Amino acid sequence: MNVQTAQLLIESSAPREAEYVTIRCIGPWVVQSIAAMEAQLDEVRLLPQTEFLIMTAEVSALDTTGAWLLHRTIHALERSGRKVTLEGLRPEFSALLTLVAGANMAQKLIAPPTLSLLNRIGQRAWHALQNLLAMLAFVGECAMVLLRALAHPQTIRWRPVLHNLQSAGFDALPIVGLLSFLMGVVIAYQGADQLQRFGANIFIVDLVSLSMLRELSPLMTAIIVAGRSGSAYAAQIGTMKVTEEIDALRTIGIGPIELLVLPKMLALIIALPLLTLYADITGVLGGMIMASSKLGVSFDVFLDRIGNAVSLSSFLTGIGKAPVFAAIISLVGCFQGFQVGGSADSVGRQTTVSVVQSIFLVILADALFSVVFNWLTL
Amino acid sequence: MSDILTTAPVIDVQHLKTRFGDNIVHDDVSLRVQHGEIFALVGGSGCGKSTLLRAIILLLQPRSGSIKVFGREVLGLSDAEALSMRRRWGVMFERGALFSALTVQENVSMVLKEHTQLSAELIDEVAALKIALTGLPAAAASQYPSELSGGMRKRAALARALALDPELLFLDEPTAGLDPISASGIDELILNLRDALGLTMMIITHDLDLLWRVADRVAVLGEGRIIEVGSMQELSTSTHPLIREYFHGARGRAAWEQAWKKK
Repeated sequence: MNVQTAQLLIESSAPREAEYVTIRCIGPWVVQSIAAMEAQLDEVRLLPQTEFLIMTAEVSALDTTGAWLLHRTIHALERSGRKVTLEGLRPEFSALLTLVAGANMAQKLIAPPTLSLLNRIGQRAWHALQNLLAMLAFVGECAMVLLRALAHPQTIRWRPVLHNLQSAGFDALPIVGLLSFLMGVVIAYQGADQLQRFGANIFIVDLVSLSMLRELSPLMTAIIVAGRSGSAYAAQIGTMKVTEEIDALRTIGIGPIELLVLPKMLALIIALPLLTLYADITGVLGGMIMASSKLGVSFDVFLDRIGNAVSLSSFLTGIGKAPVFAAIISLVGCFQGFQVGGSADSVGRQTTVSVVQSIFLVILADALFSVVFNWLTL
Repeated sequence: MSDILTTAPVIDVQHLKTRFGDNIVHDDVSLRVQHGEIFALVGGSGCGKSTLLRAIILLLQPRSGSIKVFGREVLGLSDAEALSMRRRWGVMFERGALFSALTVQENVSMVLKEHTQLSAELIDEVAALKIALTGLPAAAASQYPSELSGGMRKRAALARALALDPELLFLDEPTAGLDPISASGIDELILNLRDALGLTMMIITHDLDLLWRVADRVAVLGEGRIIEVGSMQELSTSTHPLIREYFHGARGRAAWEQAWKKK
């Protein structure tokens, strides 16, 4: 007979007779079919009888999981002072049972003790402080490497710089251009209603060009680049850390910062102002098209007015922020890459952190710029 | 189980052809692995050993040919059928392929949680049992793969491969990159597991000591086909130039002498 599912028949004698329980094990006791018996065997332990007879002659297959279940039941019964007799186990199965019983198993895994709230707050704070110090140390190290490279420009690796210029700068042109164009359209659209009400149509030029050039295009370009390239830096360096490539670089005698961080930083410092300029142009273009179609401000009038509306200093403060944003994005991305631990999970986590942190720091820096420029009345 | 099933080959590959672009990896590969044997696959680097393994375990679709495992054709299975086949075999990858975000214990128990209805408590115990069976110290269970040595990682990978009590085990380079002591520990482990659990195993290896100690039959893969199959004794007397080179190079000679001394 071929029994497909494992079964367990429990016959307990009436208490007044000899006090014993017969357990008949039937069928394949393998991992796929014993789930139901687990609960049944747990109930067996609660029976009041003192003698147990386990009949195993009808077991057709036994694997380590089945053997373990049998072993742990016998063990639990014996520990509570009951007498267990095992009957009819095939020799190969009994060898397996011996193997399982003899395995030098880990006792209950010790769960790490749960910390008190205060303790956790302290640990978090300590961790954040250490992270901040590590970040500062990294910035310092990069600054030293940068100064050394500027003193000896022939040591700079121009090939990776060019490669990064293409991937972080040139390849970002379509997305930066499109989003900036749309931003210009949106601003002109929102402003058009208000300005029309006062008959101040011409001031659409001031609205669009000032807001784009001074604030929006540097900020938006930096945020797009942080999402595009900052995350890529963190993921690349993080993966290299996992595969020990960073250690390999060190042993070969190539500084990872010289090879991996510096070219990225230089390339981004060059690329981001150019991208910002490009975003300025497409953004104003978007506003211009909106102005001519919604407010009747023609391209000629718009271009004529723009020279008066935007001073050189306004344009330069916008462009001037870009290298600072570039340094923030590249430093944070690379730093988070180096913070990766041994696992794939950690690469994902640090990449996320790099994007969140660099966008946060870029906006923070932008706010600081506004305050400082206000003081300087630029 | 009926007699036909136990005598039929566990793995039966017939006229397998695989190619990547213009590169022909397998021209005409046929082999049979019998129930309960340790079958080793050897051959020079790049001869397609791992590709053959990947085809058998359904990770790669060959161009033509037939692969039968447990008497069933595995090519062209539906997803549900493929899953039920996959539950009957365990695979240990060359570099372990342990999930780096999970501890060793979690790596093993995850498989059980996914495929069985056992209680969490029993799963934990069974996972600990598997880890113990592969000879890992109890403390290793709560460690992450990145904290383990190479030999321990192989054992942990083996524990995960054993999680569902497979009937068939595939081992890709079980001793590669291990020191001689760890490697001979793995040799013994493989023999013990076969004897205790009655497993059928297919091993890909370059390790001549492992071949002499554990393999029942060895197939030499080369030139896109199986050049010869036999025990190590038989292969060591082969006249085929590729096999002679493989087994009678300086290292092959040393392992051979070692094996004779033990007898």
